[in-house]
Amino acid sequence: MDKLETLRAELVAAVTAAADLAALDEVRVTALGKKGRVTELMKSLGGMSPEERKAAGAALNSLKDEVAAAIEARKAELEAAELDLRLARERVDVTLPARPEETGRIHPISQTMDEIVAIFGQMGFEVAEGPDIEDDFHNFTALNIPPEHPARSMHDTFFLPERADGSRLLLRTHTSPVQIRTMQTTKPPIRIIAPGRTYRCDSDMTHTPMFHQVEGLIIDKTTHFGHLKGCLIEFVRTYFEVDDVPVRFRPSFFPFTEPSAEVDIGCSRAGGELKIGPGGDWLEILGCGMVHPNVLRACGIDPDEYQGFAFGMGIERIAMLKYGIPDLRTFFESDLRWLKHYGFVPLDVPSLTGGLTR
Amino acid sequence: MKFTLSWLKQHLDTEASVDDIGARLTMLGLEVESLEDPAKDLAGFTVAHVVEAVQHPNADRLRVCTVDAGGGDRLQVVCGAPNARAGLKVVLARPGTRIPVTGDVLKKGAIRGVESQGMMCSWRELGLGEDHEGIAELDPALPVGRPLTEVVSFDPVFDVSITPNRADCLGVRGIARDLAASGLGTLKPFEVKPVPARFPSPISVSLNFPREAADACPLFAGRYVRGVKNGESPQWLKDRLVAIGLRPISALVDITNYITYDMARPLHVFDADRLTGNVQARLARPGEKLLALNGKEYVLDETMTVIADDERVEGLAGVIGGEETGCTAETANVFIEAALFDPLRTAATGRKLEILSDARFRFERGVDPAFVVPAMEMATAMILELCGGEPSEPVIAGAAPDWHRVIGLRPQRVTSLGGVDLSTDAITGILTGLGCQVIPGADGTLMVEPPSWRGDLTAEHDLVEEVIRIHGYDNVPVATLPRAPMPRTVLTPTQRRGVAVRRGLAGRGMIETVTWSFTSSAFAPSFGGGKPDLALANPISSDLDVMRPSVLPNLIAAAGRNADRGAKDLALFEVGPQFDGGAEPGQQRQVVGGVRAGRTGPRHWNAPPRAVDAFDAKADALATIAAAGGNPDSLQVAADAPSWYHPGRSGSLKLGNKVVAWFGEVHPRVLKTMDVAGPLAAFEVFLDAIPLPKARPTKARPLLKASPFQPVERDFAFVVDATVPAATLIKAARDADKQLITEVSVFDLFEGPSLGEGRKSLAIAVTLQPTEKTLTDAEIEAVGQKIVAAVGKATGGTLRG
Repeated sequence: MDKLETLRAELVAAVTAAADLAALDEVRVTALGKKGRVTELMKSLGGMSPEERKAAGAALNSLKDEVAAAIEARKAELEAAELDLRLARERVDVTLPARPEETGRIHPISQTMDEIVAIFGQMGFEVAEGPDIEDDFHNFTALNIPPEHPARSMHDTFFLPERADGSRLLLRTHTSPVQIRTMQTTKPPIRIIAPGRTYRCDSDMTHTPMFHQVEGLIIDKTTHFGHLKGCLIEFVRTYFEVDDVPVRFRPSFFPFTEPSAEVDIGCSRAGGELKIGPGGDWLEILGCGMVHPNVLRACGIDPDEYQGFAFGMGIERIAMLKYGIPDLRTFFESDLRWLKHYGFVPLDVPSLTGGLTR
Repeated sequence: MKFTLSWLKQHLDTEASVDDIGARLTMLGLEVESLEDPAKDLAGFTVAHVVEAVQHPNADRLRVCTVDAGGGDRLQVVCGAPNARAGLKVVLARPGTRIPVTGDVLKKGAIRGVESQGMMCSWRELGLGEDHEGIAELDPALPVGRPLTEVVSFDPVFDVSITPNRADCLGVRGIARDLAASGLGTLKPFEVKPVPARFPSPISVSLNFPREAADACPLFAGRYVRGVKNGESPQWLKDRLVAIGLRPISALVDITNYITYDMARPLHVFDADRLTGNVQARLARPGEKLLALNGKEYVLDETMTVIADDERVEGLAGVIGGEETGCTAETANVFIEAALFDPLRTAATGRKLEILSDARFRFERGVDPAFVVPAMEMATAMILELCGGEPSEPVIAGAAPDWHRVIGLRPQRVTSLGGVDLSTDAITGILTGLGCQVIPGADGTLMVEPPSWRGDLTAEHDLVEEVIRIHGYDNVPVATLPRAPMPRTVLTPTQRRGVAVRRGLAGRGMIETVTWSFTSSAFAPSFGGGKPDLALANPISSDLDVMRPSVLPNLIAAAGRNADRGAKDLALFEVGPQFDGGAEPGQQRQVVGGVRAGRTGPRHWNAPPRAVDAFDAKADALATIAAAGGNPDSLQVAADAPSWYHPGRSGSLKLGNKVVAWFGEVHPRVLKTMDVAGPLAAFEVFLDAIPLPKARPTKARPLLKASPFQPVERDFAFVVDATVPAATLIKAARDADKQLITEVSVFDLFEGPSLGEGRKSLAIAVTLQPTEKTLTDAEIEAVGQKIVAAVGKATGGTLRG
């Protein structure tokens, strides 16, 4: 038995001494391999008497199990050490910058249009469109703007070259021609908004030759001036996300509406900072009114039966006011720094239920 | 339109404060643009009396004054004004008072060692004029101790913006009438009494117009006044004119300006001694000249109305008078002109000759047709009062056109259109206050005759506006717009894809911009434009003088501007119109255009960037089409982009023969024309060319058929002629077994001498997706052979050895 005991001690010592997995495997072969020392001893059991074999067999099996267990334990140890070593080698500097990804932007004009559509969509307005190049009838005559009106002079309107018949096409000076085109082709009731590009021959600090407007039009049998107030107050409070912003309707004059009004919203300029809300000061944001009977007539709608209201609003203006953009001209300069700063990330999709603005 | 409070109060009896009047004007539609109330800043100033003024012990120029501030208060005030002397009534500021001109609050202090308990102010320090010669000297009769604003009147100046329909409010009386109608005071009675004539007029008046121009001047009232003395106007008149920004000239001229602003009634006074013969209104003869009162000479034409004597033109009717017959200090006899001129003709003349005048401004908006003869009488009376003299009999030619009209107003229209319920009495009250005659009709309709000065009131809705305007828009109850219980989809499919494309491209890292619909005629021809019918007749500048034939020139120019600022790498896109067809309305096309410039990103330690190329643009174009709901797999690719693209690095995406998109690198010659550095990859997608998805009866998707068997991938490398399009090879491979082959991708392209001149190797990975059972090696081999055969047939290619 001493012999076995010595062998056990010898093998266990060899297992413990194995410095790596290869050495350990060598120890395994030496001990438990086909010609290993324990295996050889097992083979010798055949020549023993049954009693001897029983006792020696048990002792040998115990030795074999013990050595195998020692090998397994050592193997796990060595593997863990090796993994640690590999991981240590694989270390990276995590403070290095990640691979670059560009995030795009939505232009503030598009974003504001989407907001406007979200709000008026809730009130049942559909979106209508019309051409940028217009004729005299749709831009002026049908809107009750007589031929002598100063708005028709070269001063305000961009014209295309005179045609053979002496007429001239023009770039629409407002989105109101879309009212006309809609009324000419749609039977009331009508509820539309029409956002789009508009053009005036004007360029200075506060004017650009191209800008954007949104037109609104309701035609039915019952909508009156009180509804106009209600609709626009709701819009203003929802758009600016200020529930208590004061809204003021001031009598004004437009050829295509009567009664006409200009709409101001309350603001404060305390400390040189403009803030939309109650504050004693006013900012003009849009013009509106009840559609003039002459406009209805020009579109073949009987003004004794139908009525409604229309409004027009500058998109850049309300975007500037809401988002604190100081200069109108910068909207069209395509300056990357401006676009990245004032633009919106594509996932900011305006919705009334999900939030108009992040 | 400017006026002062005292001027307003000449027509309006009111106790309302300046601020209340201002607020009401704005809410009447007479928007107050500015309201200067000098008294606003003068709250702390009082009247004081200088009892004693002695030399300052330590300063030659200073005096130490003892000031009686009222109520027994005696203050010691150090003053440097040369006019500070005993006995003077002065304006006193005590410590704590804000000095208007500096905004500083006065503190008690010592000046050169002597305590000063207040300050005596100059007019300039009070913000009232530039007089800084010394301290203000008040009327000696003013009571000591009283607030300055209570004993000295400061006339606030209103500046209101008058909408073009309110010609009547271009006179103070019209404004007063609106205020009175709204309940802010009472309109004072005003009546013009005819001035008795002393002699027949030596000058007669005639209207000489052809029949078709008879409306150019339907009525002319004139009057001769002899023996006038044209001096300075009295102070009250000068004060009013100065307050509203007019320069007092002489009594005769000031009278006409005064009546213009008081009654919205321009008139003219000729120096009668400088007229030759009689006066007539007629059309100008082509080429006739007038030296006008502004010192400029104008050449007239036959569309213009003039006032002439027997010799020449003496005035441009309703626009400006003539220099030759203007009144001077020597003027002794005058001829007054009050006439009616056609608004359109007056406006056209003024526009053509570029003359802006108070007279034109009023005539082109329409003056009161019933206030012609009264205006002449009013002017006569004022001239007699201020300049003396004797009036002749009036000379009148023509007659006022009939302005009387009756408009029916159904009171319920105020409710159904104006949105406010008002009694017939209230409606009648408002309209009467505005000068209308209101007679109740049989069926409850009010028969309304507007006054002569309200030519803008022509129909029932005009009256509804007047009623709710005077009642107050603020007092119209807010009504909620009736609406459907659930909102519907409000965007058309076309509009929805505009939104999707924007957000899709931004999601790809591109930045949306908005550029002008115009571009430069220097660039347009390079992009297929330059048609004369799409040039602007009146461009704002030479670099924005044509409608853009493509979005690209503006985007390329934007890329160039950004590069100049150091931002060379960028990806910009725009969704907007292009004008490449006819000029007629509706011939524009909605386009998505984009450019990528420079490199794909910043330099990075691990992912090095590369120069942008045609495949970036192709990917953008395909992504745009997919975002718009198109099917990128259904498109044919061809290398036939238009001339502004690199001929070897660009292509088109088509559906049949309809071009859906162009993409590629921009032609270097175009970049050179635009002075922008390349390379620059661009695309244009024509949204209208993408078919809208078919409306389906259900939104249910087809059932997912996921195969339980693993897909198998096999690689093939083919050597083909270098001119063989990859797409042909891919299509051939894919079509080799439509059941099993689900994907063919190109993973390598190789060209080299080992393949021979003009040859290339394309390596493809083919994915086979069995649906019924796992494929055996033999089956996979069979598909492989089919692929090799199909590619060989389509391209002449062979497997690379």
